Amino acid sequence: MLVATLISAVFAAALASVLLRTTPREIARERLIEAVNAVLPQTQCGRCTFSGCKPYATALVDGVADINHCPPGGNATARLLADLLNRPYKPVDPQFGVTPAQPMVAWIDEEACIGCTKCIQACPVDAIVGASKFMHTVIAAQCTGCELCIPPCPVDCIHLRPTADVPRTAHSAS
Amino acid sequence: MIETLNTQLPTSQPPHTVAPNSVGRVMRLVLLALAPAILLHAVFFGVGILVQVLLAVASAIAAEYVALRLRRQPVRKYLFDGSALITAVLIAMCLPSLAPWWLVVSGTAFGILVAKHLYGGLGSNVFNPAMVGYAVLLVSFPVQLTRWPSPDVAGLATIDLTLLDTLRTIFVGSLPPGTTWDAVTSPTPLDAVRSGLQGGFTLREIQASPTFGLVGGRGWEWINLAVLAGGVWLLVLKIIRWHIPVAVLAGLAMPAAIMHAIDPGSYAGAFFHLTAGASMLGAFFIATDPVSAATTERGKLIYGFGIGFIAYVIRTWGGYPDGMAFAVLLMNLAVPLIDRYTVPRIYGRET
Amino acid sequence: MTTRALTRGGLKLDTHKRRSTTHPLRAATTPEVLVLSVDQHAGSPAVPIVKPGDRVLRGQPIAEPGHGVSAWLHSPVSGIVRTIEPRPSALHRDPSVCIVIENDGANRVFEGQPQPRDDSPQALREHIARGGIVGLGGAIFPTGPKLLRAPERNAHLIVNGAECEPWISCDDMLMRERADQVISGAEIVCRALQAERCTIAVEDDMTEAAQALRAAAKQSKIVPEIVTVPSIYPAGGERQLITALTGHEVPSGKLPQDIGVVCQNVGTVAAVARWIRDGEPLISRIVTVTGSATKDPANLEVLLGTPIATLIADCGGYAAQPARLIMGGTMMGVALDHDRHVVVKGTNCIVAATHEDLEPPGPEMPCIRCGACAEVCPAFLLPQQLHRYVLAGELENLDRYGLIDCIECGCCDYVCPSQIPLVERFRAAKPELVRYLDMRGMAPLARASYEAREARLARLEAERQAQLAEKRRALASKFKNS
Repeated sequence: MLVATLISAVFAAALASVLLRTTPREIARERLIEAVNAVLPQTQCGRCTFSGCKPYATALVDGVADINHCPPGGNATARLLADLLNRPYKPVDPQFGVTPAQPMVAWIDEEACIGCTKCIQACPVDAIVGASKFMHTVIAAQCTGCELCIPPCPVDCIHLRPTADVPRTAHSAS
Repeated sequence: MIETLNTQLPTSQPPHTVAPNSVGRVMRLVLLALAPAILLHAVFFGVGILVQVLLAVASAIAAEYVALRLRRQPVRKYLFDGSALITAVLIAMCLPSLAPWWLVVSGTAFGILVAKHLYGGLGSNVFNPAMVGYAVLLVSFPVQLTRWPSPDVAGLATIDLTLLDTLRTIFVGSLPPGTTWDAVTSPTPLDAVRSGLQGGFTLREIQASPTFGLVGGRGWEWINLAVLAGGVWLLVLKIIRWHIPVAVLAGLAMPAAIMHAIDPGSYAGAFFHLTAGASMLGAFFIATDPVSAATTERGKLIYGFGIGFIAYVIRTWGGYPDGMAFAVLLMNLAVPLIDRYTVPRIYGRET
Repeated sequence: MTTRALTRGGLKLDTHKRRSTTHPLRAATTPEVLVLSVDQHAGSPAVPIVKPGDRVLRGQPIAEPGHGVSAWLHSPVSGIVRTIEPRPSALHRDPSVCIVIENDGANRVFEGQPQPRDDSPQALREHIARGGIVGLGGAIFPTGPKLLRAPERNAHLIVNGAECEPWISCDDMLMRERADQVISGAEIVCRALQAERCTIAVEDDMTEAAQALRAAAKQSKIVPEIVTVPSIYPAGGERQLITALTGHEVPSGKLPQDIGVVCQNVGTVAAVARWIRDGEPLISRIVTVTGSATKDPANLEVLLGTPIATLIADCGGYAAQPARLIMGGTMMGVALDHDRHVVVKGTNCIVAATHEDLEPPGPEMPCIRCGACAEVCPAFLLPQQLHRYVLAGELENLDRYGLIDCIECGCCDYVCPSQIPLVERFRAAKPELVRYLDMRGMAPLARASYEAREARLARLEAERQAQLAEKRRALASKFKNS
């Protein structure tokens, strides 16, 4: 009896020491946000109603957003998020947008562009180059197809095109 | 001759033609390959096996029908796809030919209803339905499952049961007046070896008894040979591939040969194991059930070898009449893992 | 002569090729009206350079390449451009722009073909592009751009005569009757590539073609190695053939040129010979017209834009109501809904098939995991596993199990006892996976750009605040001082 109690006590102590030595909550949260951000598409489109992928990741970890608010990531990303956050999988909520069928990039009709720079300011990934009063152009290799440049354009000269038509020549990230 | 086409032609997606093959054809050929073994079984152990097969088939079809209706699946499409028939025939072949009718009926029904349809029906079952049905009977009714009739060869069967006797035994459970189970049955070769060794006899003494023939038990060795012939025929027809049968037999023969070499007095040799019990049936017809087997080439080898090896271990050190059923079920369990770690290298990719 | 085997997978199929090789090659009837789609090659559509009402001559360019990868298009006859309008296309879901030319029957040849700017290999490659030549084996990738992207020198040129799909025999007939064109085309492409090796692959049942090639090669400057591959489908698939001949695999996601190999179909190199040697751009091709619903199957030399009905009539008409009219072979071809579609650059074969020619798939059953599909897959994939993931929409697993590496040869469909339309589902699932992988590939870069921008905006904001504070302080001290 005494031996059994002693053994249990030793085990309990060992368990407690392991549990107590786990990472502080704040660091664990940071790591989880980092992991969640790593599976997000980094389109930075803001369709999840947050200003970018990192803010959405933070909201997910803090439990204020659901896993199915990312249309560019699609159901595959929702699945990864469900796994990562231990929540039930749900397909993407169409309210936030539709997953495009193929990769798209923005394309500026350079003859119509008036050089207002509004799209340059809107682009979350600095994929549009140009200067005031000069024609702008999209660096296809950097464009995520987030569509944020489309609404600010005063002359509606920006369109999305399938990447198949506008090849991304430089994939510096691979 | 037609000058011009006025009508719109039907279109289809490529490929526009397929091989003349179907699930039903595969299953029918498997059944056909089992026929010689069943006939030989009837020759050695009496017509009981035929009654058992009929009972099993009838209950399999009934269970399949009920399950399909309950699952609201197209009955006509699936009822005669042949998969339930194979389950039925395999269970019937695993049971003693004089076993009571409710044994085969409940075993088959359990296999079809629980092991097959509760897992999603054709193509979705994790475990081999026939082996689940058999294993359930084996654990629940061990006595009935060891009552194998003596093979009618070399004067081993002393009592000749008529068809009527057989039917009465199966359906009513009563042997002809004046006969006892001990008179009708004799231990299977595997049982004889196990109990003989436990009783302190050496293997040579046990195998000197009249129940033993050239390499294994009389009768049994011929049935296994017939199963082997059917299996080879399926191999030639490319209905099954060589990987699983060869691996099962290797998994069985290798440890048997090694143990026999170490201690010939206590461990039966490779040939005995290959021709005893359900060795050939397991290797060519049970383990090769595609649905519950591994699918990659390397996976099939691992899966088959595992079955043979586990079957040997259960036979040698376990307490069951044969180890094939549990070996198959255990390896069924490992299939997702095996498949996951044996994915072949894709063209143009590193491993 | 050496024989090399397909490394793994593939099917031994009934080839049905004999039927269409009994007659010698002959020209098809020239139609009154020819319809030429500007979108009959891989890449972006060509752009018309003629207007309705223009007079055009045989061989005159009528459309120039669009942006990116594209190809020239030439008029097959002399006549008048009647209209330029979108018309339903055999290859695309949507109608594509077609230039409709009315044949004047005079057959006057265009004399103003351009000349190469000098005799350098680079100029030769550029000049080949002007001939409107595309891969005639079925992939229809423009040959000019392909050569321009190839290594500058020392490539291994593989001329693909392994016509592995059932029914098709146009390459076989070309090699038998015009081996000199194939050899001299190979010679020209070798010169353009500065290739050090040239291998011509034929199937082991094409003895006549191999003999003709060897005879023609005796008079040639280059010494092509003539190699046979077993007639197993898809031994003539580009990647499969390269591996069979060189022992090297084309890495996933890369092109043959990345391992120093350039693969051209025999028809393509013959077209190169006609353009460079004889000055005739790609305006015609050989088409196999066959199938049990064709009365008298044959191989015809056909002008682009000729209606299929014309070809069938040239072969004696329909012997029976066709169950399918297939452009290409029965494994990978497109089933046409009527015979008013026209021959395009990629049309190698027309199969007017009866029900007896085609085994229709039965009702689809669940997969029984038999693995027959994996055995025949020439890309070493596990189609049954892919199918599961396609149905479940698991893109991560589709990537891991190599859906992108599927060449859509149809072998898995063919052998499946459950009659599952695997290729159809794989093809449907590919765009989504491509998009997903593209997104994943982009993510690190996009994230870096986003973070750099956020940091820059924060820095600018901080600087602005600092300036403001500075101004405020300056103002405050000014007031204090005054």
